[in-house]
Amino acid sequence: MALQAIAFYLLSAVTIAAGLGVVSARNPVHSVLLLILAFFSAAGLFVLMGAEFLAMLLVVVYVGAVAVLFLFVVMMLDVDFTSLRQGFARYMPLGAAVAGVLAFEMVAVSAVIANRGQAADSTGPMASAPDVANAETIGRVLYTDYVYFFQAAGLVLLVAMIGAIVLTLRHKPGVKRQVIADQVARTPATGMRVVSVKPGEGIQE
Amino acid sequence: MDAAQSFWATPGGWTLITVLQILAVLGWLLISLAFFMYGDRKIWAGVQMRKGPNVVGPFGLLQSFADLLKFILKEIVIPDGADKTVFLLAPILTFALALVGWAVIPLAPGWVVSDINVGVLYLFAISSLGVYGIIMGGWASNSKYPFLGSLRSAAQMVSYEVSIGFVIITVILLSGTMNLNQIVLKQAGGFWNWNVFGGGLHNLPIALVMIPMSVIFFISALAETNRPPFDLPEAESELVAGYQVEYSSSPFLLFMIGELANIVLMCAMISILFFGGWQAPIDLAFVREWSPTAQSFYGFMWLFLKILFFFFLFAMVKAIVPRYRYDQLMRLGWKVFLPISLVAVILVAAWRVFGQGVG
Repeated sequence: MALQAIAFYLLSAVTIAAGLGVVSARNPVHSVLLLILAFFSAAGLFVLMGAEFLAMLLVVVYVGAVAVLFLFVVMMLDVDFTSLRQGFARYMPLGAAVAGVLAFEMVAVSAVIANRGQAADSTGPMASAPDVANAETIGRVLYTDYVYFFQAAGLVLLVAMIGAIVLTLRHKPGVKRQVIADQVARTPATGMRVVSVKPGEGIQE
Repeated sequence: MDAAQSFWATPGGWTLITVLQILAVLGWLLISLAFFMYGDRKIWAGVQMRKGPNVVGPFGLLQSFADLLKFILKEIVIPDGADKTVFLLAPILTFALALVGWAVIPLAPGWVVSDINVGVLYLFAISSLGVYGIIMGGWASNSKYPFLGSLRSAAQMVSYEVSIGFVIITVILLSGTMNLNQIVLKQAGGFWNWNVFGGGLHNLPIALVMIPMSVIFFISALAETNRPPFDLPEAESELVAGYQVEYSSSPFLLFMIGELANIVLMCAMISILFFGGWQAPIDLAFVREWSPTAQSFYGFMWLFLKILFFFFLFAMVKAIVPRYRYDQLMRLGWKVFLPISLVAVILVAAWRVFGQGVG
C-alpha cells in the first residue's frame, strides 16, 4: 500500500530526526521534548505494524507519565551549559565505542532475522489474526503461558515502589499535620465555650 | 452508483471522504464551542444574579464571535527571554490535542471518524498528553507565576489520571471491549442498560459500584481539565492566571478554546462510558422504522442532550463550589479516589467472574 509506505517513511524519518535532536540539542528541556516526539512517532510505527495496543500503552505510560516526570525534573535544573560542554573530547572515545558496539549488535540481530526468511516461517511469536483484537491476544498469552513471569514482574515493581517510599519517607518531629478525622469529629460542644462577659470586666482564665 | 462506490474505495477517495468527515466534525464542534462558552458565562452569571453577556446580538448570542475577532486582531506579545518556539508551540499543542480526541467519539449510529478497537485507550492517551501544552507554556514564558502554575498542573493532572484510568477499567470490564462504538451498542434498550446502572438488569447489584464510579469520573474530569474547584494552575488569587499570564491574542485564544474543547470532550466521554452515548433513555419501537439517516440524527440529538446536561453540571460546579487548597486536592486524588476506584475494579472483576452466571 502506497499510503502505508508514505506513513512509514514519514514516521521513521521523524523518529530518527527526533532521536538525533535529543543528543544534539543544547537545552536539556528541548532534549526531553524531542524525546517525547520520538516516543510518539515510535507509537505511530507500532500502529502501522498492527500493534495498536502496544502503541497506546507506549503513549500512556512513557509519554503521558514517565516523560512528564522527566520534564518536571529537567525544567527545575539550573544547568550551566558551558560546563556541560567541557570534557567532551575526553569522553568522546568511550561514548563512540559504546555506540559502535550497540550499532553492531542491532545490525547483527536484524541480519539474522532477515536471513531467517519470511515472517510466517519464523518460530517467534506471531501477530494476531486480523479478526481478533490485539489487546485480547496479548491478554490471553499474558494470563496463561506467561502468568508466572507476569506475576514476577508485578512483584519486582511492588518491591521497587516500597523501596522508593522507604527511601523518601521522613517523619520530622515538630511538624503540625492536618488530621482530617479530628476536624470532622469536632463539634460545638468540644470546640467552643460560651462565656457571659459582665460589663467592665474582661474574661479571666 | 457503482462507479461512485469504487471511487470511494480507492486511496484517494478514501482520503477525501475522511477529510470531509473530519471537517464536518470540526465544523460542528467549533461552532457549538462558541455557544458552550456563551452558555457557561450565562449560567455563571445566572447563579450570581447578573445578566452575563447581553449586548452583542440577540440575548448576547454573538458574544463569543466578537471575542474571537478581538483575540485575533490584537498583537501577539512574546516576552523577552522567552523560548519562542516552545512558547508558540504550547498553545497549538493544547488546541490540537483537544481536537484529535474527537476522532474516536461515536456521535451517532455509524457516525464516527475512526472506529478503532482501542478507542478508550486512545482517548486516555490523548487526555494524558494534554498536560504538555500547559507545562511547555509555563516553562517557555520564563516567568515565575506561569512556571509555578505549570508545576501545579503537571502534578495535578498526573494524579487524577490514575483514578480516571481505574474508573475506565471498570467500564471496560463491564462491557468486555475497548471499542467505544461497541461500548455504546452494549448499552442499547433503555436507561436501565446503561453502564451507570451496571449495564443490564442482570447486573443491577453492581450499580452500587458504578454510580459512585461515575461520580468519581466526573470529579476527576473537573481536575483533569483544570476546571473550578480544581483550577489551581490558574488560580487568579494566587498566581494571577497561572501558565497563561504571558499569553495574549491568538495563542491565548488557542489555550482557551483547547481547554473548552477538552471539557466538552470529557462530557462526551462521561455520556458514552456511563450514560449510553447516543442511545435514547427509552427504546421507542417506531423510531426503528425510520430511515437510517433519521435514526442517526435522532441518536445524535440524544448524545448532544447528554453532553449539554453534563456541561451544565460543569458550569454549575464552577459557579457554586469554592476552590480547593492544593494539599487537599492531592489528598483527594491519592488517598480517597485511588483506593476507592481500586476496590471498585476488584469488585467489578469479581462480579464478572462469580456473580453473573454465564456471559
